[in-house]
Amino acid sequence: MSVLKTENLTYMYSEGTPFQIVAIKDVNLSVEAGELVAVIGHTGSGKSTLIQHFNGLLKPSSGKVYVDGQDIWESKATLRQSRFTVGLCFQYPEYQLFEETAYKDIAFGPKNMKLDEAEIDRRVRQAASYVGVTDDMLEKSPFDLSGGEKRRVAIAGVMAMEPKVLILDEPTAGLDPRGRDQILELIRSYREQTGSTVLLVSHSMEDVAKIATKVMVINNKNVEMYGTVEEIFEHAGRLIEIGLDVPQITKVFLGLKERGLPVRTDIYTVQQGREELNRLREMKQRGGDAAW
Amino acid sequence: MVKDITIGQFFPGTSVIHKMDPRMKLILTLVFIVFIFVCKNFYSLLLMVAALICIVFVSKISMRTILKGIKPVLIIIVITALLNLFYIKEGTMLVDWHFIHITTKGVYTAIFMVVRIMCLIVSSSLLTYTTSPTLITDGIEQLLSPLKFMQGSVHTVAMMMTIALRFIPTLIDEFDKITSAQKARGADLETGNLVERTKALIPVFIPLFITSFRRAYDLAFAMECRCYHGHKGRTRMKQMKYARRDYLSIAVMLVIIAGIILLNHFFGKVI
Repeated sequence: MSVLKTENLTYMYSEGTPFQIVAIKDVNLSVEAGELVAVIGHTGSGKSTLIQHFNGLLKPSSGKVYVDGQDIWESKATLRQSRFTVGLCFQYPEYQLFEETAYKDIAFGPKNMKLDEAEIDRRVRQAASYVGVTDDMLEKSPFDLSGGEKRRVAIAGVMAMEPKVLILDEPTAGLDPRGRDQILELIRSYREQTGSTVLLVSHSMEDVAKIATKVMVINNKNVEMYGTVEEIFEHAGRLIEIGLDVPQITKVFLGLKERGLPVRTDIYTVQQGREELNRLREMKQRGGDAAW
Repeated sequence: MVKDITIGQFFPGTSVIHKMDPRMKLILTLVFIVFIFVCKNFYSLLLMVAALICIVFVSKISMRTILKGIKPVLIIIVITALLNLFYIKEGTMLVDWHFIHITTKGVYTAIFMVVRIMCLIVSSSLLTYTTSPTLITDGIEQLLSPLKFMQGSVHTVAMMMTIALRFIPTLIDEFDKITSAQKARGADLETGNLVERTKALIPVFIPLFITSFRRAYDLAFAMECRCYHGHKGRTRMKQMKYARRDYLSIAVMLVIIAGIILLNHFFGKVI
């Protein structure tokens, strides 16, 4: 069943003024439960606008948004429910920390859900364990933590609401390679443990190729492609055309193809690249130069 | 929302008004505002309004923007008009019905007040519409430079104003972002009584303050890295110089003033 769905979703900023700008236009999409979807698109393509519709932060200018089959704008209650069904973690989430301790900050979401103390405590500890925040870190002021730790606490704050769908906007922005890998790894393991749907907004193909099951390419105010990682990378040329970076290894194979070698171009990991090159070598040994 | 406020905004352009020396614009705006209150009859008031409309036209700022700037103070204008209308008891009685008494003097004063407030707002917002915040503060600093004996505080104050103005849009952006982030965690900012709503703003304001302090530190470091040490020995990249258009603008202003004084003199006082 699709957990997120939109019908002809259009959103305009400053509607009805001379500054009116169409941010997304006529978007029809549907995301199946349990997927780890990477949402990619270059700056200004409308991806951040799109994701803010899934928990009702932005009201569509026209069109419908369904979360779990429910039209979220049907009533105040459905709107509020969508806030908890879809957990949205913004870019640089560490700037939203405000409580005295990391524990209290993670508990902010569950508290707003009006859960009882014991349940809040369980959720905070569970969320902390997903992101590797230790017990003594929980007792510290969030402002005394390091940058990477702050970010993990902030992400835990969204996870603690136990949303069916977790959306993270550029969760690795501004982190060093190790911090980036840590975050990606914890997102992957979070999804494995909870089985929830995860949307990961990113502009780094390299990142998403590692962990995503599906890729959604946003271009020109709409969803341009949606499919498995392999399906999307088959159109690597198109991705470059619309200004998206593809993994280095994909570029190598695109270059080889251009030079006339019979290689696949949907390669996006070094491992795949090695296999493809081995296949090519074997082919050459067997068939001689005839192949090219 | 917050973003829709246009007062204090700057619309870049290339009109004569845009190019005028900010010091001249500041002085002339002040003079103009003073003379708004010198108008004593409808003729001089009409001249004032006509002159202002001409200036707006020359500045190429759209009438729509100007009207949008008046919108936020519309309530104040209406209240002022109503108060004058009902509470002035001089002049010939026009309406005398139960507790409502309207006199000619009341009507005139109400009209004058409305026009004056609108002119006040249009002329002062025209200054900010056509002058970048940096230029305005630079202009103020230059105009206050006779106060130099106050140990560079003029420069410091001007710099503080520049920085404050520069960061208003940034703060608004930040405020919107943090609000969204907390709403996404279920924060409820829209319902509840005043106390509850104020409390609900804590999760927004604490991060906002922290971000502002962080930004202030960053900015201070960046300024020090570029050897900023206050006013001493500081020169300007863009020296302000009066051009012909500035002297011309003085002439135009003098004509307007003369017109107002003459009209005031030859026609009777209405207010």
